[in-house]
Amino acid sequence: MNALNEQEVDGGAVKPALPFFLFGKFKEVGFGDKLFRGITGFFAFLILVLALMTFLALWVNSGPCFKAIGWKFLISSEWDPIQQKFGAVPFVYGTLVSSFLALLIATPLGLGISLFLTELAPLNLRTPVAFIVDILAAIPSVVYGLWGMFVLAPIMQAYVDPVMVKVIGGPFFVTTSIGLSFFTAGVILSIMILPTIIVISREVFEAVPNVYRESAKALGATDWETIQLSVLKPSKPGVVGAVMLGLGRALGETMAVTMVIGNMAQVTPNLLAPGHSMASVIANEFTEATGDVYLAALSEIGLLLMVITLVLNIAAHLLVWFTTRNYGRA
Amino acid sequence: MIDELMQKEKAQKVKMETTKPVGESVKLVVPHTEVEMSAVQKVKVKAEGVCAWFGDKQALFDVNMNVNQKEVTAIIGPSGCGKSTLIRCFNRMHETVPTARFAGDIMLEDKSIFDPKLDPVVVRRRIGMVFQKPTPFPTLSIYENVIVGLKLNGVRDKKVLDQAVESSLRKAALWEEVKDSLNKPGAALSGGQQQRLCIARALAVELEVLLMDEPCSALDPISTSKVEELIHELRQNYTIIIVTHNMQQAARVSQKTAFMLNGKLIEYDATEKVFTNPSNKLTEDYITGRFG
Repeated sequence: MNALNEQEVDGGAVKPALPFFLFGKFKEVGFGDKLFRGITGFFAFLILVLALMTFLALWVNSGPCFKAIGWKFLISSEWDPIQQKFGAVPFVYGTLVSSFLALLIATPLGLGISLFLTELAPLNLRTPVAFIVDILAAIPSVVYGLWGMFVLAPIMQAYVDPVMVKVIGGPFFVTTSIGLSFFTAGVILSIMILPTIIVISREVFEAVPNVYRESAKALGATDWETIQLSVLKPSKPGVVGAVMLGLGRALGETMAVTMVIGNMAQVTPNLLAPGHSMASVIANEFTEATGDVYLAALSEIGLLLMVITLVLNIAAHLLVWFTTRNYGRA
Repeated sequence: MIDELMQKEKAQKVKMETTKPVGESVKLVVPHTEVEMSAVQKVKVKAEGVCAWFGDKQALFDVNMNVNQKEVTAIIGPSGCGKSTLIRCFNRMHETVPTARFAGDIMLEDKSIFDPKLDPVVVRRRIGMVFQKPTPFPTLSIYENVIVGLKLNGVRDKKVLDQAVESSLRKAALWEEVKDSLNKPGAALSGGQQQRLCIARALAVELEVLLMDEPCSALDPISTSKVEELIHELRQNYTIIIVTHNMQQAARVSQKTAFMLNGKLIEYDATEKVFTNPSNKLTEDYITGRFG
């Protein structure tokens, strides 16, 4: 049976099935590979074109705003469409603050969970927990938003915010809020990026060859020391990648953030105050934007969001490169 | 076969019980017989009725074995005979496999390493291990690789660490080759150097017994001979148990040889005896290449 199958396969390889119009002319050996390389290369090129076109479209669309306001757009924190005053600072601020809050919460949590799943959990617990994580990733963001508005925000307002005011206080947690705030947005974002961080970092940890764990154990390392030495250290680039992917999702997240951040364009260190984010201002105001400059301002915010994401990603890659360039190959 | 095993065990026990005290006293009275008497050695590690399972599959059947102090004991046998499993039991590394179960006992100088009050971490600091593939930690330099174990023990004093690095690397016969590049990554060394680095790493802690699980099977012949020389030297201070596929290697480096087959210890005796005049037919067949 096996021998027969092999013969069939061999036979197939001798006479490659080409489309009829390619017979004769392109029968030379290796033509299939050339064709394949050409097609996949074209697809890869397409990605570049798409990114460039998006960038160009935003650039062109934001022209009127740039003409009217110029560089001041980047440093002004005034946003008053009726007075034709546009400044991007509150939105950049809101996006960065809520995203970094999310990272601050989700990174230790996510890494902890994936370490537990790969290193410590009993085998029969790993699959169910991993399954739940996947489900978490599949929940649409608008559902997170609804849950955030009706469940999370009241809980934050009633229980979490007062505690934060008492424990940390200072300029970051001043007085209780209505529950819609930078902080709530950060919390809901952290839940949303958690699956990304868990799934990627779990794969990174699983890729560490078992011999390194055993070597550490054989030197008398405890579980935690083993993880530190033979799992976390070599996984650093991958972990940074996981966190950056999470950050990317947090920066661009629109729906859930819009629903819980409060949508008020202001810059304040008080995390319990309502704020705004770049993605949510675009989503909220695009349909009611009247006038060229208003529309262009929203486009420019989009452009800015793209640039910030790009810059952060490049920075992360540089960070990985700098910290790992001295590693040898195992 | 079982009868033979039991007889052997009995003979060994008798030898143990009777000759040890006598040997010591003789040594005191007649100094020039010391060479002969050194054959009667202190038992360092003792396996008693060791059985091991992975899931439902039994990998070891009632293995009894006395490993003498400052001797090299080789464990040979065909693939899957349980030799690696046995050596991993000696420092409780089998426990890292979730499905592994264990019965019997292993004594390190008359104290069970399976004492419930004893943390395996403590056991592994006295009984170190070198693996088949050299495993220097890829993100650490040569220097850091050597002191990893000490750092785990909480040693922070730079002077102590510097000293430990030099003495361990010297013991592992690697110092001359790497003394000028201690800050290079450990993974940049050649395979044989990496393996000696791993040995140095194991020696840096307060090691008594060194377990080697086919330490040369990934090395070229020159590196192999270097590691073998090293084993000869280490025998002055350490008890060594080495698992090997290579029978010539076992003959070259060891004083005692154990032959295992299908999870059972078939023969365990002085290396010379095992290779020239084995008492078991199975051992003879294996050594003469009739199977395995």
